[in-house]
This record gives sequence, structure tokens and C-alpha cells, in this order.
Amino acid sequence: MDSINAKYISQKISKTRWRPVSAASLQQPELFATGSWDNENNKVSIWSVGDHGVSNMDGEFDEEPQLLCDSQHDGDVLDLQFLDQDRLVSASSSGAVTIFKLQSDCQALSSAHVWERAHQYSCDDAPCTSVVCRSPEIVSVGEDGRVILYKADQTEVVRVIENADSSTIHAVTFLRTTEVLTVNSIGQLKMWDFRQQSDSPAQILSLTGDRVPLHCVDKHPNQQHIVATGGQDGMLCIWDVRKGNTPFSLIEAHSAEMWEVHFHPSNPNHLFTCSEDGSLLHWETTSGSDMSTLLQRGWNSRVISHSAAPQAGENDSVVSAWLAGDSSKSRLEATHMLPSQTLSVNSLDVLEQCLVCGTDGEAVYIHRQVPV
Amino acid sequence: MMEEVDVEPSPTLIPGAGFHQRHLGFEWGPGDLLVYETNYKLQGPKSAGSPFVHIVRKDEDICSPILRKLFNESHLIFVGLQKIKEDVPSKNKKTQFVSISKNYRSVIRACMEELQQNAVSAQEGTVASQYGDQVSILLAIELIWNLCEVLFIDASPAGSLLLHLLDWVRLHKSDVDSRAREVLQSESPTRHQAYWDVVISLVLQGRMDEARQVLSKQASLRAESSSVFRRMDLLLQNMPVFNPTGTQTLTEFDMKWRNWHEECDRSLQDNTFASNRHLETICKILVGDEDALLEQKELLSTWYHFLVTRLLFTHPSIKPPDLHYYAQSSMNMFLGPRASPEPLDIILLSAFEFDLHQVIKDCSIALNNWWFVAHLTDLLDHCKLLQSHNLHFGSNLREFLVLEYASGLFTHHSLWQLAVDYFDHCPEFGRVYLELQIERVPLDTERKAIKVLRICEDRQMSEQVRSICKIMAKRALRNNRLGSALSWSIRAKDAAFATLISERFLQDYSNKGFFTDLDLLDNLGPAMLLSDRLTFLGKYREFHRLYGENRFTEAARLLLSLMTAKIAPRSLWMTLLTDALPLLEQKEVIFSVDQTYELMSCLEELNSGTKEPKQTDQDDDIESTKTELLRLSLARNLAMAIVKEGTIET
Repeated sequence: MDSINAKYISQKISKTRWRPVSAASLQQPELFATGSWDNENNKVSIWSVGDHGVSNMDGEFDEEPQLLCDSQHDGDVLDLQFLDQDRLVSASSSGAVTIFKLQSDCQALSSAHVWERAHQYSCDDAPCTSVVCRSPEIVSVGEDGRVILYKADQTEVVRVIENADSSTIHAVTFLRTTEVLTVNSIGQLKMWDFRQQSDSPAQILSLTGDRVPLHCVDKHPNQQHIVATGGQDGMLCIWDVRKGNTPFSLIEAHSAEMWEVHFHPSNPNHLFTCSEDGSLLHWETTSGSDMSTLLQRGWNSRVISHSAAPQAGENDSVVSAWLAGDSSKSRLEATHMLPSQTLSVNSLDVLEQCLVCGTDGEAVYIHRQVPV
Repeated sequence: MMEEVDVEPSPTLIPGAGFHQRHLGFEWGPGDLLVYETNYKLQGPKSAGSPFVHIVRKDEDICSPILRKLFNESHLIFVGLQKIKEDVPSKNKKTQFVSISKNYRSVIRACMEELQQNAVSAQEGTVASQYGDQVSILLAIELIWNLCEVLFIDASPAGSLLLHLLDWVRLHKSDVDSRAREVLQSESPTRHQAYWDVVISLVLQGRMDEARQVLSKQASLRAESSSVFRRMDLLLQNMPVFNPTGTQTLTEFDMKWRNWHEECDRSLQDNTFASNRHLETICKILVGDEDALLEQKELLSTWYHFLVTRLLFTHPSIKPPDLHYYAQSSMNMFLGPRASPEPLDIILLSAFEFDLHQVIKDCSIALNNWWFVAHLTDLLDHCKLLQSHNLHFGSNLREFLVLEYASGLFTHHSLWQLAVDYFDHCPEFGRVYLELQIERVPLDTERKAIKVLRICEDRQMSEQVRSICKIMAKRALRNNRLGSALSWSIRAKDAAFATLISERFLQDYSNKGFFTDLDLLDNLGPAMLLSDRLTFLGKYREFHRLYGENRFTEAARLLLSLMTAKIAPRSLWMTLLTDALPLLEQKEVIFSVDQTYELMSCLEELNSGTKEPKQTDQDDDIESTKTELLRLSLARNLAMAIVKEGTIET
């Protein structure tokens, strides 16, 4: 809790993303991007943290993030993803998908290409809810139920799947090079294979009966068949997309909408979730084995990990006994990462030991020593 | 009942309105005022009014990006304060309240610093002065808050009261520190023109150790007069300071202080310091000589500094009830008889008089935002200091002010979310306010709608939930997103709208010959039961699915039950019976004898009913052909079924 830093930035934050660091070096990330929503003028901003040479009177490094540059954004920023080190893609409530280019000295951010009204209805704009990048490919989804594939260096849209969903698609992620996974507002996961010419999903997975909207999805970084989703009821679901079409396990994580879920990119035993209920949770499996083995050993039972509405300020670890019996060696621990909870935590991103999240309370929180 | 106005309201000029003696009309909003020119004129012929509507906003601060931090951070403190349990012992509570008060103040200070930096770095003069204005408002707010903290929240008893007041003065007259630094860092401090000013300023604030330190520079230079300096040093060093945590009683302290005071007095009588007029001045200050103090007006700069200094050297163990006498007289002495005090002076004086309500009232009038009075009043109310006061409107003072503040927040395009928590903590009218306001939040995206819905659902505001879902459903319908529209009506449990959308689906089906949005229709689950038409839609689609999967027996049973259980609307029976045709034509017998009879009676029931008058002859022909075809198929099926069932039974 000590190493967490808050900064108020006078705009409600819809998205926070670390700029990727080169895989070879063991660097900690130093730059992150934020997107705002619900403002009269929304922005995409680039911030830097850490050792930028500015030290305060006591000789300590000033940990507070510094604004490097920003750019106006037409509409709410509904999603933000780095395409590579110097380009990032935004999803707008105006239906546009925009590529922003960051100058090499990080002093300016400008729009490099816009797909205006990529998502639209016949007579109105449809918000683009989510984008995902696997350079050079970009996929966007929206309230209009379309899935659109772009290439960063082509102005023409590569492919549109019309009527991919009868409801709103809330999030999208790449499973494999040609496969994406979408989640929608009636509790379904749909797998799309761009190699197939047909406009129907390769597979549909769903929560039985409940029709609880799913808001976020992330795949295990190493084992692409393992997927985590978060829903309107705050439930964390782990799926094995190879087996069955219902989730392997359900964990009551939050008491309101889960806005984002992320596996730690290099240590997937750790998982992070954030929610409308104002909390940010760090999940850790302490078995020494990774998620996949856990899956086989006991994730297929419905487990309730702990009280879903923790007291404000409560930050002690909650140990769940969801893997009782012979597999008692493995267990799941959840830790609250924010000191106080009031307004929604809309977004989080974690890279190496660094975590950044943004809230409707107009604050970004940065944790630079996440125990992973 | 009308109350007299406390101050004459100052007129606000609205550029471009109210010319040519036109009457102005207005409409109250939660934070804004809409003003327009009416057609009425005092004199001359009537003419059309101006087409403009002016939005007049009282609280401009809400739009300042820096003050947004103040609103956000204080929201967190406010929510924390509301969570303090009733059952905490009151002694512990007091420390909690004081620390909350300090948190609020530190947020104000942080904001002030940022505004200050921006004022300095602002290129434009008007922008800089705007920042400057905000800084001075925050300064005043912090000054008042701090004094209220000392007098009301901490409620210091005699002895520590003066110590706290000294801290208060030191904090708000901090330019002494920078000047002291400047002097001490100069090449020869003693020759610095501000040298004596610094020494005296430090003495006036009761910072004796620092004063001695600065004085020692001089003493070391002047060997000839060192004894005089040593004497002063001793006086300063020996000045007794009350220690609230120590074992010393107030009477003991008083005794010591009186002795010290007499010693100062003696030194003055002896002309000990006659050789150095500066030291003599200091000594006069030490004995509390009012004329000597008033000579330092410039260094004191405010009457309340004068008050605290005067108390320090005349009545260090002042009791709270005696404060108001000294406050009033200090103000009069400092400002002079003819000067008219500023609003800030009046507010501080009311605080010294322990008249809380006057403080809050005057602050409400003098300040252009509700932030300060709402938060301070809330805190004071938690300290149980405001109970006696009832308003003859609304509920009580605290709730009235919190509601005003929250309503202002709610008009802001982004800060409205903060207001929700404030409304939650207004037991009497908060809910009504929230209900009225939440429906008016513009919903640009589903994500925002979901956030608004969450607020409503958490508070069981079902009326609002329905209305928001309906807005979203209607929008989806307009954009031809039947699936989304249906999802929203299911969420709202809006049966009527679900029926309407189901009709649209069926209409689409009869136009296109196939169902759209299968991903939704195939997964309705229990939500299907929301409306009869939706149930039918779901079941009818299920029939098609079973048929598509060649599960004919189940499909047949389902189809029949749709009619016999009266789930299917009469208007669609012909379609359903037509759907039965291919099943009747299968090689295998699918409808049993009983089922066939039932189908037959459905057909006859349909035909016996009155025909719709609108039907044309051509439609009539098609209908009768269909009926004939069906009768034929049914008869054939009945025959086959009788044979089959007869065969199996034997």
C-alpha cells in the first residue's frame, strides 16, 4: 500500500495503458497513456513516471507522474491500446477508431489515421466499445454488433463482419493470429476466425441461462485456451475454450460491474481485476503451479472466494478455501490494492512490477512494486 | 414567510439582454438560471423578444480544472466522515474529526499551491488574475476553516487555546519565514534593512527561539552592548509557554508567567534598553503595551494577528468565552473607528463570538461556491454543534447546504457522479433529489447507461431503472437493433415494450422467412417469461430449431402446445398450422391421433371466428386454399395415426 501513488488529473479516466517495453530488456515501464470520458473535451494523454531526473528537495525522486503531452479526442475514449512503442489506437463513442502517433521524444501526440464512423447505425453513430491490436492488425467492436478488422498501414478496412452480434459487443481479444474472441451484453463469448469466409462465429460459449452481460475478457499469455472474463455481477469466470461451452469456474470477485481483467503478462499466476464498486483486486494462485494445472484440479466447481463487498479500507488478504481437500496445496488469494473505495475503477494495466489504474474519482493510481 | 434579506443582492449584468426596457423572464435550474427576454415592454408597442436564452451560472468555480481536484479529493474525505460510527467513544471521535478537518484543509492548501503556480506561469494577464482571485478565495476559506477547527471542532480549553491560535496566525502569515531566510542568508544579516522587522515579526508571533537566533547575530558584533543583548535574550528565553501535555497546571503557569511579565516591566522601568530603541520596542511588546503593538500594524497586517499577539502578551491563559470581548476591541483598535470591516472580518469576528450560524450564513453570502459551507457545516454537524438550529424550509441546515452543493455538482457534465454520494447522505430529501436528477443524465453510450443504472439499482430506484432502460431500448429500436432493444426491456422487466419488440421480430420473420438475431433468441432462458408474446417468440423459435435438428416429435408437440395453451396469438395460428403441414407430410407419423384431433379443432376454431373485414378477396382465396390443404393433410394423418396406433396396441 505504501508504494501506491495517486494523482488527480481533473478528468474521469476511462482507460490506462502502459507503453510496452522491449521484450529483451528487463526494464520497468515508464510511460503510460490515459483516456478520458464524459468531459466536454476528451483527451488521450501520455504520462511519465519515475526517474525523469526531477528530484525534489529531499533528494528523493519525485514519483508523481508528469504529463508529457496530450491530444484532443472526439468523443469518450472507450478503449485504448498500444499498437507498438510509438503508436496507440483509441476507440471512440463517436464510432471512430484512431491511430495516434507519439513523437520519438515523447513531447507530442498526434492523430496519424482515423477511421471515422467505423461503427455506425443507418442514421446515427454507434460507439466503438473496444479495440485490440496485434501489429499490424487491429480489430474493433461496437454497440452496432460489428467486428471490424483493419491493418495499421492500410486506409481501407480489411474486413467487416456485419451482424456479428445482435447485442452490444463489450470487449475483444486476440486468441491466435487469426482468431479473436468477443464478449457481449447477453453473457456470450464468441470466437471468430478470419480465415473463414462466413460471417458466423466459429464457436459460442455462454453462461447458462443467466444472460449476465460480460464486460471484459483477457487470455492467458502462454496458454491461449484459457480465458478470463468479468461480468456485470462482478463475477470472474475462467474458461477453457477447448472444453465445453460453459465456464470452468465462477468466482464472486466484485459487487458491481467488472470493467477489466488482466493476466500478468509474464507471470500468469497473477490476475488483476477492477470494478465499478471501486476496488482493484490482485489475485494470486499460490500453488507454484500455473492456472492451467489449477484448472484441471478443481476449477470446475463453482466457488465463492470471499465476501464480495469488502469494507472500505480493508486491505488484508482474503484467503479462499475453494480448493479444499486433496488439492489443498493450491489456493487463490485476493488482495485489495487501493486504499479506499468509492468511485468506479474503470481501467487497469499491469506490466512487470508496475500497475496503473484510473477512476471516476479523476485519479490515477500507480503502484511500482507489485509483488509478482 | 419572507425573511428580510441580509445584504442587498448585487446586480448581475447579462450581456445582450434586458435592453430597450424589455422584461426578463427566468427559470430556476439546479445550478444555473435560464434568462430570456419576454415580449412585455414597460413603454411603447409590444415587439418580439430576443431569440436568445441566456444561461446564468452562479458557481463558476465548478468549471475550474484545478478546483475539480478539490471536489474529487474532498468527496473522498466526506464519504469517509459519513462512515464514522455512532458508537465510537466521543473522545476518540474528537481526534478523528480534527484529523478530518486537517485533511480538508490540506486539500485546500494543495489546490492553492497549484493555483499559485499556474498564476505565476500564466501568460495572459486576465488568466493570471483569475487564478489569483481563486487563490485569495481559497486563502480566506482556509483561514476561516482553520479558526473554526480551533474554536469549535478541537474546542481547545484555556491555555492550549492560545497555542492553537498562535499556530493559526503563524500558518497564515508565513511570509515571515521567507523574509527571515532572506535576511539570514544575506552577506551581513545585521545590516539587512529588514533585520529588525524580522526580529520583531518573530516576537509578535511568539517564536522566541527563532527571534533569539536572529538576535544573536547582532549581539556577537556589538561587544560594547552585549550585556543589553544578553538581557533581552534572557527575557525571551524565559518567557513561559504553557505545555498542555505536561503536569503543570494552568494556575502554576499563570504564576510563572506573571513573574516573567513583572520582570519585563521592571526592565522597562529601569530603562535597561534605552540605549537601543529596537530592543526597547521589543520589550514594550513583551509587556503587552497596546500602543507599541499598534505601531507594528504593518508587520501584523491584520487585526486578528494583533488580537492573538495582544493575548499572547497580556492574557495567555484566555478562556474561550472571553475571546469575543478582545476580538471586538482588537478589531476596533486596529481598524480604527471609521473603517468598515470587510466580510472576512465579520465572519472571523462571528467565529470569535462562537456564533456558528452567523459564520455559516455570512460565508454562504460572501463566497461564490457551496463547497466550503456544505463541507464545514457537515463536519460541524457531525461534531453535534448544530443541533438546535432548524430551518423553516427544507430539513436542516446541514442537509440544505449539502443538497445545494450536490445539485450544483450534478449540473456538471462530469462531476455528477460525485453528487450521488452526497445525496445518499441527506436522509430527508437526498433521494428525491437524486431521483429527479438521475433521469436527466444524458446517456451517450451504453457504458454510461450501465453506470447510471448501477446507481439506480443499488438504491432500488425501480422507476428510474425502467425509464433509463426504456430510453436505451427505444434508441436501439430506432437504430434497428432489435436484439439490444430486447435486452434492455428484459433488464427493465418492461413487459409492454418486450411485447412490442417481439412483434417486430415476428414481423421481420414473416417478411424475411427466417429469424434474425438467433444468438439472442436461442438464449432467452427464463427471461422469455417476461411477456406472453416474448414467450411465444422464444418457443416459436425453439420449434424452428427442433425442426431444423430433425427432432420432429418434439417439434410437433411444441407447436401444438403453442396453440392449445393459448400462447400463440390467434392472428398467427394460420402460420403455425401451415408450419405443421410439412410435419403432417412426413413419411413417418408424427402427430398422434389425439394431437391430430386437437389440430383439427384449432383449425375449425380459427375458421369459426369472425373474419377480419379488411381482407380482400384474393387473401380470402389463399386462406381457403390453405384451410382445404390442411384439412386434407389432417385427415390423411389421422388415418395413418389410427392405423399406426392400432398396430402398436395389438
